[in-house]
Amino acid sequence: MTVELFRIDDRLIHGQVVVGWGQPLDIGFIVLVDDTVAASDWEQELYRMGVPPEMDVYFHSASDAIAAMPKYLAESRRGILLTGDIATMQRLVDGGVVHNVNIGGIHSKPGRVQRLRYVFLSPDEESQLRALANNGVKVSAQDLPGARDVSLPDLLAGSEL
Amino acid sequence: MSNETSPPTATTAPRAIVAGHGEFAAGLVSAVQQITGRGGQLIPVAVHQLSVEDIEDLLRRRMIENGVRVIFTDLQAGSCTMASRKILRGMDDAVLVAGANLPTLLDFVFSEARPAPEAARHAAERGRAAIVVHGVAATGGSGGGEGR
Repeated sequence: MTVELFRIDDRLIHGQVVVGWGQPLDIGFIVLVDDTVAASDWEQELYRMGVPPEMDVYFHSASDAIAAMPKYLAESRRGILLTGDIATMQRLVDGGVVHNVNIGGIHSKPGRVQRLRYVFLSPDEESQLRALANNGVKVSAQDLPGARDVSLPDLLAGSEL
Repeated sequence: MSNETSPPTATTAPRAIVAGHGEFAAGLVSAVQQITGRGGQLIPVAVHQLSVEDIEDLLRRRMIENGVRVIFTDLQAGSCTMASRKILRGMDDAVLVAGANLPTLLDFVFSEARPAPEAARHAAERGRAAIVVHGVAATGGSGGGEGR
């Protein structure tokens, strides 16, 4: 067992993660990588209360997460790693600990264009995703296990809209 | 019909927000309206394609616009619940009920005599108690007819 999913999702811990992925994959732990949450006890408590008691949640800043990853990759349970944005995932990729990236949800904001029902991207974010792929990382979008795994070229083309 | 037996006039002013995944809120409020005619007490909020920050902004705006201090959500782990808990951090007089169901909301709309936050707490207990499992299999197949 190991970290099964490296997911970018700006809602972080929510129903799709805990129930949608958590139950079919029998997830035992979540690694939440976010500098703001890692610095806030209150936010950590907020997210911890969103998961069932048998599921552990570990919080890290991006820099701490790279050092801690070997421990999670050697876990006997299955886990999910979450970041709230592409830039944080990029830092983990640069640290050599991530090779597959799942885009689970990046929602509407000014300056972003809709590329998929649950993915909206700015031009800068599209460039960041292309850079990840150019570095050999498999990047695709899939909100739930039963949904189609949309490749990065299809995602950026908006052909699944 | 005498005045003693006339039903009290139903409150139609908004008293709470209902928020959740998909069409959860609109569906539940529609059901409350169909059963009681009191759906106007509940403001359904859908949050399709919104980030947690935008959900928080939307729920806060609806609370202020309507002067309500109660939020019902569908799932403890859901983003509406997360956003609501952030809002409630600065509102000591507000109440969030996560995991709300139809019996919860039915009890709430009939608890007009209570302040809305107190009515929400009461309704949460009624909603929890209203979940009943029927059938022989529910008791392990050893007889009986109903588990609770």
